[in-house]
Amino acid sequence: MCSTCGCNDDAGVRVDGRSVTGLTLIANPAHDPHSHPHDHPHSHPHGHDSDVHPTETVLFEQSLLAHNDLLAARNRGWLEGRGIRALNVMSSPGSGKTTLLVRTLTECALTEFALTASGGRMPFAVVEGDQETSIDADRIRATGVPVVQVNTGAGCHLDADMLRHALDTLDPDPGCTVLIENVGNLVCPALFDLGEAAKVVIVSVTEGDDKPRKYPHMFAAADLVVINKSDLLPYVEFDVERCASQARQLNPNVDVLVVSATTGAGLDGWYHWLTRPSGAIRGDATRGEANPGDTDAHYYTHY
Amino acid sequence: MHELSIASSLVDTIRDRTGERTVASVHLRIGQLSGVLADALRFSFEIAAANTALEGAELILEQPAGRIRCRTYGLDSGLVDQFLLCACGSADVQVTAGRELDLVAVQLAAVEAAG
Repeated sequence: MCSTCGCNDDAGVRVDGRSVTGLTLIANPAHDPHSHPHDHPHSHPHGHDSDVHPTETVLFEQSLLAHNDLLAARNRGWLEGRGIRALNVMSSPGSGKTTLLVRTLTECALTEFALTASGGRMPFAVVEGDQETSIDADRIRATGVPVVQVNTGAGCHLDADMLRHALDTLDPDPGCTVLIENVGNLVCPALFDLGEAAKVVIVSVTEGDDKPRKYPHMFAAADLVVINKSDLLPYVEFDVERCASQARQLNPNVDVLVVSATTGAGLDGWYHWLTRPSGAIRGDATRGEANPGDTDAHYYTHY
Repeated sequence: MHELSIASSLVDTIRDRTGERTVASVHLRIGQLSGVLADALRFSFEIAAANTALEGAELILEQPAGRIRCRTYGLDSGLVDQFLLCACGSADVQVTAGRELDLVAVQLAAVEAAG
């Protein structure tokens, strides 16, 4: 749809040179008399009196993240069409993302109950994002769950195109949950939609309870904040309530859980959250209101 | 660092439309709640635009301040930081400005023909 006037015109829509039917990310060229394609290139001599073209303004009026957002929307459609729920798990390096995933997969994914509930199909698959190495993917693979590692090289975040390639390789079973472990970074991944159903932000107690204040974009985008390494609370100065209230000031609808992926404390709440319907896990204020009638909401405010 | 990804994508998007025409200026709207730093974006844009028709183009940045509307009392107010709080203390607010991250328009340089 044209972002200037809201009209719909599929003609001439391109993303990186590829035609995209049904979506228009650029303003309709018909509304800008100067942006229509010229029928001759401008580098050759014109052979007429006017040898200076007037300055042209080309209107775009599109999001800078339009390209990523389009690919993310495609991913979201692809995932929803297969009944797959993707969760974008983000945190600083070393907060325990992989430990939480390994424990979750060990305790949930391969139990007889989980396999029966999913009709014998694998209920989980994992995408691991790191700048380098397959260390994390190797840890996940050891649990028996399908995993694909994305190495971003110099990149500091996963983007929708990377997830697309990862999903092509992973080929997750319909109906499963894909856990996407983003590159350890509390800044950049917040901006890049991957097509996930929800964003999970993990903060560990050793990082300090002021993380939401320091990295407001990440916490404002979160649907669930998991405070990890609760077993270390006696040894560090970390005020759980302060951290949770800062996160809620940034996003009043966010769910907060306190867990220890090492000892297993609090993981019941995490497993319960994982089984909630998609509509109930979206806590991002930008994605709409809190879920009225959600009787489980209290579950995530008590530790 | 995400500014570099954004700048590269910006250069690609513009070149898709304007080809090899020399670009004089690029007009962006970067809200103060958007998570994109203007200085970092300028720096990244120089790198991304090097050796393309956008090299040397001026970046014109419009930076709308954050604004919220309180759902409790319907008050509109500006923001001084990232915390989405109304003066009444309520966090039940809707962001009405400041999250913009838009490519508005591009000015192409006048072309002098060789003949």
